[in-house]
Amino acid sequence: MNLTLQVWRQPGPEADGGLKEYQASDISPDMSFLEMLDVVNERLIEAGDLPIAFDHDCREGICGSCGMMINGVAHGPSKATATCQLHMRSFRDGDTIVIEPWRARAFPVIRDLVVNRGALDRIIAAGGFISAPTGSAQDANAIPVSKQDSDAAMDAAACIGCGACVAACPNGSASLFTGAKISHLGLLPQGQPERFRRALNMVTQMDLENFGHCTLFGECQEACPKQISIDVISRMNRDFLRAAVTAPSDRAASGGDG
Amino acid sequence: MWALTLYRSTIGKKMIMAVTGLVLVVFVIGHMAGNLQQFLGPGRMNAYAAFLKSTGELLWIARLGLLAATVLHVLMAYQLTQIKRAARPIDYTRREPQVSTLASRTMRWGGVLLLVFIVFHILHFTTGTVFPVASRPDAQYPAFSHTDVYGNVVSAFRNPWVVLFYVVAMLFLLLHLFHGAWSSVRTLGLSKPSPDPLHRRVSTVIAVVVWLGFTAIPVAVFFGVIR
Ligand code: HEM
Ligand code: FES
Repeated sequence: MNLTLQVWRQPGPEADGGLKEYQASDISPDMSFLEMLDVVNERLIEAGDLPIAFDHDCREGICGSCGMMINGVAHGPSKATATCQLHMRSFRDGDTIVIEPWRARAFPVIRDLVVNRGALDRIIAAGGFISAPTGSAQDANAIPVSKQDSDAAMDAAACIGCGACVAACPNGSASLFTGAKISHLGLLPQGQPERFRRALNMVTQMDLENFGHCTLFGECQEACPKQISIDVISRMNRDFLRAAVTAPSDRAASGGDG
Repeated sequence: MWALTLYRSTIGKKMIMAVTGLVLVVFVIGHMAGNLQQFLGPGRMNAYAAFLKSTGELLWIARLGLLAATVLHVLMAYQLTQIKRAARPIDYTRREPQVSTLASRTMRWGGVLLLVFIVFHILHFTTGTVFPVASRPDAQYPAFSHTDVYGNVVSAFRNPWVVLFYVVAMLFLLLHLFHGAWSSVRTLGLSKPSPDPLHRRVSTVIAVVVWLGFTAIPVAVFFGVIR
């Protein structure tokens, strides 16, 4: 198949960027979207041009590295699919495909389609952990967890941190990501000791990173390659409210070895 | 201080919007139900209005409460809109909404229209400061009167422009409630996990009932059902 690509090219963080047009000819419908870009890049290199920079690693939908806005949709047209798992058969011969990086103040462009998602790491660092004494962990089966809680926690833990929720949100909000991280620990017994401090600190960090607020558009859960539900946002809000009302500020200091 | 913690966070600001929004939702339902007495004739409607006025301090407490709720609601809407604008300084050349409703996407501009409507509405029916003359004047109710609420409604809605403005404003109220009555419950974390979280039944009913109830009055007057 033959496609016309309009790709955001930006040489560096401070440089001006713009959409540039490329022809992607003789593309197999069985290729993945990233393989299609690989082919385009090989031809660019042969022609002496700089290849299109994009993030990728596992290419099997589990690492969260890949991600781009494809025709105005985060991760493109297939539901519950990361960009690396998107196949060219989702497009038609002759299509024009607009490819842009995730857009958010918290995700500055590094180059072309590569953005810095360190803001998400800093949200995790603010509270996305549990404290457990090393070497003396008890047998996991010794702590009962209800089926509902473990299912809900595992659903939230499916988050791969790709940032599609932020990219798809009209407000540039990281609520789905932060809610998922708060929920997957907060639902389990091991996550209880830091539960409310975690909610307070992660939400505070989320705000500090200049993400927008949640209007409940629902675009994030639709964009999420792991189909995480906006239920995690309600849960985050509930825990955050409890934390704000009950936690004295001295207890809000960050965790670690205490 | 916990109130400050909330006020400083985007979630807390949104919760203030949700609580004040719900106060307004309750008011709007009551106001709509009370107004329907216009269909029962001047006796009932004017007695209802006289009763509300007779509550004295209580009426003022309610008015100040609604004013405070509205001011907070608009202030938080403004602040959150500024935050959200700053969150995406460079926009996409192309972004295709997938599941967001028209209602959710018109909360801001629709909200501004509701604010304009509320100001006009108070100057119109409460104070009588702005009372566009009917294009089909009625000898029985020529001008604004502080004691004849029924008559004010009848003469006001003989003006097609006034009817149009009220009908359009109520369409935006329909949208605002369709999203807001549902989203506020989720904002406050009161919703139960759901297999289809975007589905809303109660708020659809609230939005449609409020919309029909309010819209019925100007339309009924205009077409001579209420005279
Ligand atoms: C006075 C003019 C008004 C303005 C400017 C306004 C503005 C807004 C905006 C911008 C939002 C969305 C906030 C966001 O998520 O980004 C919102 C939400 C809401 N509004 Fe209004 N609004 C107004 C009047 C009303 C009225 C009259 C009602 C009730 C009848 C109402 C009830 C609500 C509710 C319940 C929400 C949902 C809050 C949430 O999602 O947590 N608003 N409003
Ligand atoms: S490259 Fe790992 S999720 Fe796509």
